[in-house]
Amino acid sequence: MPELNTSSLPDLIFTMLFFFMMITSMREVTLKVQFKAPQATELEKLEKKSLVSFIYIGKPMPEFQKKMGSESRIQLNDKFAEADEVQDYIYQERENMSEADQPFMTVSLKIDKDTKMGIVTEVKQALRKAYALNINYSATQRM
Amino acid sequence: MARKKKSVPQVNSSSTADIAFILLIFFLITTSMDTDRGLARRLPNPPDPNQKKNDDIIVKERNVLQVRLNKDNQLMVGSEWLDVRQLKEKAKEFIANPNDDANLPEKHSKNIPLLGGECMITENHVISLQNDVGTSYQAYIDVQNELVAAYNELRDDLAHSKFGKAYKECNDDQKEAIRTYYPQKISEAEPKKYGGK
Repeated sequence: MPELNTSSLPDLIFTMLFFFMMITSMREVTLKVQFKAPQATELEKLEKKSLVSFIYIGKPMPEFQKKMGSESRIQLNDKFAEADEVQDYIYQERENMSEADQPFMTVSLKIDKDTKMGIVTEVKQALRKAYALNINYSATQRM
Repeated sequence: MARKKKSVPQVNSSSTADIAFILLIFFLITTSMDTDRGLARRLPNPPDPNQKKNDDIIVKERNVLQVRLNKDNQLMVGSEWLDVRQLKEKAKEFIANPNDDANLPEKHSKNIPLLGGECMITENHVISLQNDVGTSYQAYIDVQNELVAAYNELRDDLAHSKFGKAYKECNDDQKEAIRTYYPQKISEAEPKKYGGK
């Protein structure tokens, strides 16, 4: 049986490696809340990751439930927060952006589908006060 | 004089494949392929504290479609109970007002050159969405989704009849014209607390 020529194998692997390196976006935050996106059909893609800030809302993960209770909580960056901290968070995120990008800032709301609207409304009001008016309700495609 | 060439010893590259493999596997694991998708919305400007309590913008009753969601995720549109699945048709009828019904939004003429000059459009319609503190998020998204779907379908229909293609495939000018014809006006009313705790 003729031997298979494997001399180009490293090149192949490297190509694949570069592909994955390009599309990788490492997760910046560890989720502390349970998040299951609601389903919808009329979705739009969220473009330009650098313009997007995330706010997570959901029930705390089981390991935090002893401390935080099982009510829905807000997560900003890596920690739990209250609704009145949202405004400062937005200001901070905006500071980190270049001036040209600031008007296009989008806030992606990753909200668990079993959340009650009360907390969502509070966050929305805080966003309005912080003039972060472009929002995106994160959702998954309904089959 | 012939100098004796010293040959540089070759780097043993037989393990590059393994190294690349390890890197590959690392990136495979850390990659999250999920593209973020969602419903894009624009919030209204924050309320002006100097503004008088009275709403100075008087919107005629026929121009408003009240959509309410209560804490048990029941949907009320105008004055009737509806299922979420019926909402889209209702919203489409409200936005387009095809028969010039007196109870549906009034039409104004507006000049949109790309769509053939004067058009009668329901410029001032507003869909007002109100929810309770106890409404579940999934129900809220369902309603938002149906309303967006109503607009998308109307725009698509118009694009097909005027330009012979889907709204998505139109160029920017055509899209702009269609958006002027069917402006998206979903207002998320100030939250209200209805009784309860």
